[in-house]
Amino acid sequence: MANTDQEILEGLAEIVAEETGLDTADVLLEKSFTDDLDIDSLSMMTIVTHAEDKFGVRIPDEEVKNLATVGDAVSFIKGAQD
Amino acid sequence: MTTLQQAQPTQFSKILAIGAERGELVVTNDDIAGPIDSSDEWIRQRTGIVTRRRAGADKDVLDLAEAASKKALEAAGLVGADIDAIILSTITHMHMTPSAAAILADRIGATPAAAYDVSAACAGYAYGIGQADALVRAGLARHVLVIGAEKLSEIIDPTDRSISFLLGDGAGAAIVGPSDTPGIGPTVWGSDGSKATAIRQTHSWTELRENPELGWPTLRQDGPTVFKWASFQMAPIAEKAMAEAGVTAEDIKVFIPHQANMRIIDQMKKQLGLPDSVVIARDIAETGNTSAASIPLAAERLLSEGQAKSGDLALQIGFGAGLVYAAQVVVLP
Repeated sequence: MANTDQEILEGLAEIVAEETGLDTADVLLEKSFTDDLDIDSLSMMTIVTHAEDKFGVRIPDEEVKNLATVGDAVSFIKGAQD
Repeated sequence: MTTLQQAQPTQFSKILAIGAERGELVVTNDDIAGPIDSSDEWIRQRTGIVTRRRAGADKDVLDLAEAASKKALEAAGLVGADIDAIILSTITHMHMTPSAAAILADRIGATPAAAYDVSAACAGYAYGIGQADALVRAGLARHVLVIGAEKLSEIIDPTDRSISFLLGDGAGAAIVGPSDTPGIGPTVWGSDGSKATAIRQTHSWTELRENPELGWPTLRQDGPTVFKWASFQMAPIAEKAMAEAGVTAEDIKVFIPHQANMRIIDQMKKQLGLPDSVVIARDIAETGNTSAASIPLAAERLLSEGQAKSGDLALQIGFGAGLVYAAQVVVLP
């Protein structure tokens, strides 16, 4: 079942918080994974894997580098669910 | 009418002894950080590696394999003549033929043992243990010497930020023989050639011949892709190896994954739900990633430092370029 943007953001925030120890409230659409949230490429793959499981989508490895911000990831997951 | 005779099987096999040889040079992160514009802190955070061991110019992969094999023979109380077959896994024997295994057999006095190399990169040792288990139980060999040996420093590029800075040199050898009790669980192994470029040689020998300007081929990897595959797709393989051996995570005393990256090791532990009581091999911190040699090197360290003991049940899994993987539960010697 497709999720709303808000549901995806909240789910993604939980995954990011679990991986990084950040507060879910810090995970906002405009935040950059690398520059703002200090997530390296290996942690990003962990987040991607958990997001794939949680939202029932496939995020190809070559797509991950295009997911610069949390908003980019929300949009991609939303598009993949539709 | 004459009846064809087949080899008589034996019921159980086990690892009788392990021998290890690390490159004699201790290479720190500061030693290699310059050409990749990195730092000790970045390398530690990213890989868990503090030093890697490398061999000097006067040693090749056969020298490392010979030293490890002789230590394993001594520990098993055997001599070369007791070995019926040698399986050597390497990607750094610099002759395409003859095999390193045949030369090694001669060096350790094992001639005329059957001898062959396997190309299964970082899964090579676990591939070899699986084959040795089968050879012994099928009655095709009584004692099999399995070696993972690499001089990876021969195929690194100091300016490569993808894999070269992880790599070390070493050899680990194990002797597999018959046993009164089960010592090697079923090997769960496989491959996925659709990801052949995830860990690769920069260019082929024929490409080098056509265009010498390409220079010496070296290794590269797509780090995040390999991390994701190893961390999340290898845990189910390890779980299958436990299930086929009839054990659970609660029964495992020691976890010895291929020493690729500490972050992969930590993620696999989490995915497998291993209790904190399980001893985790972390030889990578001091030895680096030695491909096929890493599992036996890590096992030898745990045994020699007293973190693991003879008779402990160990889950081991190798995974790497191919992509290939193999896992089994073994009783430590």
